[in-house]
Amino acid sequence: MTTASGSLPRASGRPIAATGPRPGRSRRQRVAGLAVVLVGLLVLWEGAKWLGGDPWRIHATIAGVQIDYEHFPPLKWRIADDLSLPHVWDIIRAFVDPAQRGGPPLGVVLSGQAAFTLAEAFAGFVIGGLLGLGLGIFFVHSRLAERALVPYVVASQTVPILAIAPLVVVAIKADWLSVMAVAAYLTFFPVTIASLRGLRAVDPRALELFRSYAASRRQILWQLRLPTSVPYLFAGFRVAAAASIIGAIIGEQTAGVASGLGSAIINYNQYYISAPERLWATIVMCTVLGLFFFGAINIAEAIVTRGRYRPVEGLL
Amino acid sequence: MTSDQTPGPAAGDAAPVVEATGVGKVFATSGASVNALEGVDLTIRGGEFVSLIGPSGCGKSTLLRLIGDLTAPTTGTILINGKPPARARQDRDYGMVFQAPVLMDWRTIAKNIELPLEIMGFPADERTRRSTDLLRLVELDAFAERHPWELSGGMQQRAAIARALSFDPKLLLMDEPFGALDEMTRERMNAELMSIWRRTGTTIVFVTHSIPEAVFLSTRVVVMSARPGRIAQVIVIDLPAERSVETRESERYFELVTRVREALRQHESTDEVIGTSDAERVRGEGLA
Repeated sequence: MTTASGSLPRASGRPIAATGPRPGRSRRQRVAGLAVVLVGLLVLWEGAKWLGGDPWRIHATIAGVQIDYEHFPPLKWRIADDLSLPHVWDIIRAFVDPAQRGGPPLGVVLSGQAAFTLAEAFAGFVIGGLLGLGLGIFFVHSRLAERALVPYVVASQTVPILAIAPLVVVAIKADWLSVMAVAAYLTFFPVTIASLRGLRAVDPRALELFRSYAASRRQILWQLRLPTSVPYLFAGFRVAAAASIIGAIIGEQTAGVASGLGSAIINYNQYYISAPERLWATIVMCTVLGLFFFGAINIAEAIVTRGRYRPVEGLL
Repeated sequence: MTSDQTPGPAAGDAAPVVEATGVGKVFATSGASVNALEGVDLTIRGGEFVSLIGPSGCGKSTLLRLIGDLTAPTTGTILINGKPPARARQDRDYGMVFQAPVLMDWRTIAKNIELPLEIMGFPADERTRRSTDLLRLVELDAFAERHPWELSGGMQQRAAIARALSFDPKLLLMDEPFGALDEMTRERMNAELMSIWRRTGTTIVFVTHSIPEAVFLSTRVVVMSARPGRIAQVIVIDLPAERSVETRESERYFELVTRVREALRQHESTDEVIGTSDAERVRGEGLA
């Protein structure tokens, strides 16, 4: 059984260097890989429109060169028409165009709404995360509580959030608070599971060692269980980060909060027929927000674990 | 099951550290119960180095765990420095080393050595002083700020030994500490442990599979037989106290290795035949 330390026997002398792919190269490969997939997706998107979309033309002057181009797709697919699948450049232009006559560009408006949603999601994430960690610590110390309560914790996540959210809104009333509560509701579950798993991942021999030091439960928790659970906790945090954004958006819509991406989705949904690219721009913004939160968790993990834990490869 | 309380020559008339009387352990598994240990009488005196050796399933690790209060005996009594093991554990009488180093990944080597001191509430400057001394003792001073995964297996095990010594335990319990190391590293670690033991004077109980290791290190070797686990023979190792590479090539060393091997073979296949009286006869021989 290899643990912390049961590695290869080796005559002492030099330390074994922490090996892994060279960071510079692996980073470049990662960025290149992401770019290739993104370009591939865009090509697929526009390719579908090229074959079965609506006719389109370009009349523009780019860098002093007049461009006139017209295209008539050979086929007609409903899914590729301009209503279902707006052109990539239309979506990009939607970010730049003003959201309302004479107002700031849609991109700026959406960024503000995203920041609002992120603040709610983050508050829910913190509350849900603390609740999840607290439950994990409670369950790891009380098998009775674990047996009695874990089924309900699991059951709580099988109820559709869309059914729960109105109840929360009615019960709490205060708009902002109820959004946070819905985000926390989706967040605490992955953190509970991850922390329970991580707090249990302790090497049994390390427990015996602490026992031989006559360590208290609290010392075992702080010096052994919590440090062991850190990599597991961050895995849970990553799932929880994405879930908290979804929770905040659903909460906003149910509570009828006027700002935030939730209201933006409802708003641009209503004007979809006239301006589908705006809803698409909002969807892109939701994704960017989720990735931003996810990335922030990754950075936090790197700061917490670097040099303290055995290096792990990969993004997750 | 008469008492066998003869100390080894190195121990002289030092006070007993471990006194086991009629100790038995039955593991109740689903359906069947396994008789892991039966009628074990053993006295270990202060400053002794006692090895427990025997085939797999002879209960040598179980005996060590009983001494260390990691499990409780089914029958009989164990006293550590005259106290029940649970009390001795609360008094922090035990240092433990397992086959795997079990170091904490998130702590540096120095901080790993200081872990028991932190738990026992030693002041910070005292912790640093001790870990600095111990790092020098196990020749890891250059690696104080490294993390466990950056060190080789042998170095990690040395750190684990330093950690066990950090709070000056009265009794060091070692469960095959060098079992995962290659032969060369193992012999070096044996020599290092020998010098640590001579310098600190700690009482050591050492579980091993290796006959040469047991003979080289011990003042007494306790040979155990399996099913049920019991003490078959106790062999006094009368090698000179100062042991080195030459010791491994001396005639007396080979004689003792052969004696331990024969004792092991004798009790390996015929454990049904050997009754208590027979076991006592050879045990007496061992102490002669």
